[in-house]
Amino acid sequence: MSKKVHVQTTINGEAVDFLCEPRNSLLEVLRDDLDHTGAKEGCNNGNCGACNVIMDGRLVNSCCVLGVEADGCEITTIEGIGSAANLHPLQQKFLEHAALQCGICTPGFIVSAKALLDENPNPTEDEVRYWLAGNLCRCTGYDKIVRAVLDARNGA
Amino acid sequence: MRNFSYVNATSIEQVPSLLGRSWDDAVVMAGGTDLVGEMKDYAAVPKRVVNLKSIEGLDYIRQDDAGLRIGALTTLTDVLENSAVSQELPVLHQAVSVIASPQIRNMATLAGNILQRPRCWYYRSEDFPCLKKGGARCYAVGGVNTYHAIFGSGPSYIVHPSDAAPALMALGATVHVHGPRGGDEVLMDDFFTMPEMNIRRENILRPNEIVTEISIPKPEANSKGMFLKVRERESIDFALVSLAAQMTVVNGTCERASLVLGGVAPIPWRAVEAEDYLRGRRITEARAESAAEAAVEDAAPMPHNGYKVEIAKNLVKQAVQALAS
Ligand SMILES: Cc1cc2nc3c(=O)[nH]c(=O)nc-3n(C[C@H](O)[C@H](O)[C@H](O)COP(=O)(O)OP(=O)(O)OC[C@H]3O[C@@H](n4cnc5c(N)ncnc54)[C@H](O)[C@@H]3O)c2cc1C
Ligand code: SF4
Ligand code: FES
Ligand code: FES
Repeated sequence: MSKKVHVQTTINGEAVDFLCEPRNSLLEVLRDDLDHTGAKEGCNNGNCGACNVIMDGRLVNSCCVLGVEADGCEITTIEGIGSAANLHPLQQKFLEHAALQCGICTPGFIVSAKALLDENPNPTEDEVRYWLAGNLCRCTGYDKIVRAVLDARNGA
Repeated sequence: MRNFSYVNATSIEQVPSLLGRSWDDAVVMAGGTDLVGEMKDYAAVPKRVVNLKSIEGLDYIRQDDAGLRIGALTTLTDVLENSAVSQELPVLHQAVSVIASPQIRNMATLAGNILQRPRCWYYRSEDFPCLKKGGARCYAVGGVNTYHAIFGSGPSYIVHPSDAAPALMALGATVHVHGPRGGDEVLMDDFFTMPEMNIRRENILRPNEIVTEISIPKPEANSKGMFLKVRERESIDFALVSLAAQMTVVNGTCERASLVLGGVAPIPWRAVEAEDYLRGRRITEARAESAAEAAVEDAAPMPHNGYKVEIAKNLVKQAVQALAS
């Protein structure tokens, strides 16, 4: 048995400490230990994007990141993007365009789209589609998702 | 995943002493996009993981008269967004642009990409203790070998999964290695090894060595490059077959061709016969076809992957014609 490691990190602007085994993924830590269940486990291997979080300004798949790697990092999860009372524009547009059915992929899509708009506030449709290649949805057929993201652009 | 201890390395010099004599003692981790999956599948079961991201200064792209030097820990996103790469090395830029997804490219490093382990589904499944994992047989022989090699004669039939490696090899890149006895440089062409040499690994790196840099010579004037990749899915997917091509063409005549296929062999596969055929020849459609035939002359497809031979030929023909025009 390996010892647990003490990790100090910042999640959605709040300082967070946790203990984890080196083998625990960041996704496992978020969901099982820190009660941040917005990030979903789809494939657990980097293909689907349901587990997306933003780490030090970059979109990552939290299932491919070890919990210990979060030490000293700033992490944004879906819980840090809007609230029920105050939806983020992306969340509002996903509702308006009915860009979800079962909803399992939605947190990942919103986090991913937010990372895109943070860097490129006015992406073209091609840019949106290229960027969202790392997020899978088995229900909607993607068009409504792409339209929702395009509609959430600045100035759109 | 088996548990392991986790160490943040602080300098290149320190790393060899943190590593061991066997791959089961310790492995290094860069972006982790391959290694974490390998550990989940019990294909890698190290006792210790040494994180390289904690070493300062291994993340850079520098340009000088000789060419470009890329630090081992440079992410694929940074390679993709670098203007020297997109302007002078389109073959590398195009290859990186079709690797995985934005989020994987944000984590994945260039060195990690060329060092990633095979995607053979038997290798990645705990249920198949194949040759590559120290077992007694290759399950691709007599099994489902749709995505396996069409070149080489075993005893393992993996294909090298990297898209960046064929591009770097086509550009004549050099891998910089650091081990217990210091630094060393190896041409990409001499870096990868066929299974008959070492069934367990895909390159010459020893368990206590790391890659620190990849350097790429400045392409000669009149030289042009491109990367073509055929995959089942247009979003995230590994190559069925890819081709990295860099060609020097003067007045319609090929002075030099560098053609490296991906997804077809246990290592990035240089199409030497096609390169030799093209040298000194004026490029016509018929000659592009002859080059394509030469490229697959030695192919020995398995029962389920003959389609790769046709794709490889088409890619060679297409690239030769495009780069000559
Ligand atoms: C969903 C998905 C899709 C993918 N699609 C593609 C694709 O289309 N094309 C493609 O080319 N790749 C693809 N990949 C593979 C991906 O590009 C690699 O996983 C990535 O490049 C590896 O880099 P890393 O920094 O994450 O390496 P790690 O996972 O950290 O390491 C990979 C291996 O290299 C070793 N290593 C890493 N750095 C060093 C170093 N400096 N010195 C010595 N050893 C080192 C590690 O020990 C490990 O064995 C895909 C991966 C995923 C998960
Ligand atoms: S091709 Fe190689 S990795 Fe795949 S089953 Fe055969 S020996 Fe194992
Ligand atoms: S659960 Fe992480 S990418 Fe699918
Ligand atoms: S809404 Fe069901 S997977 Fe996307």
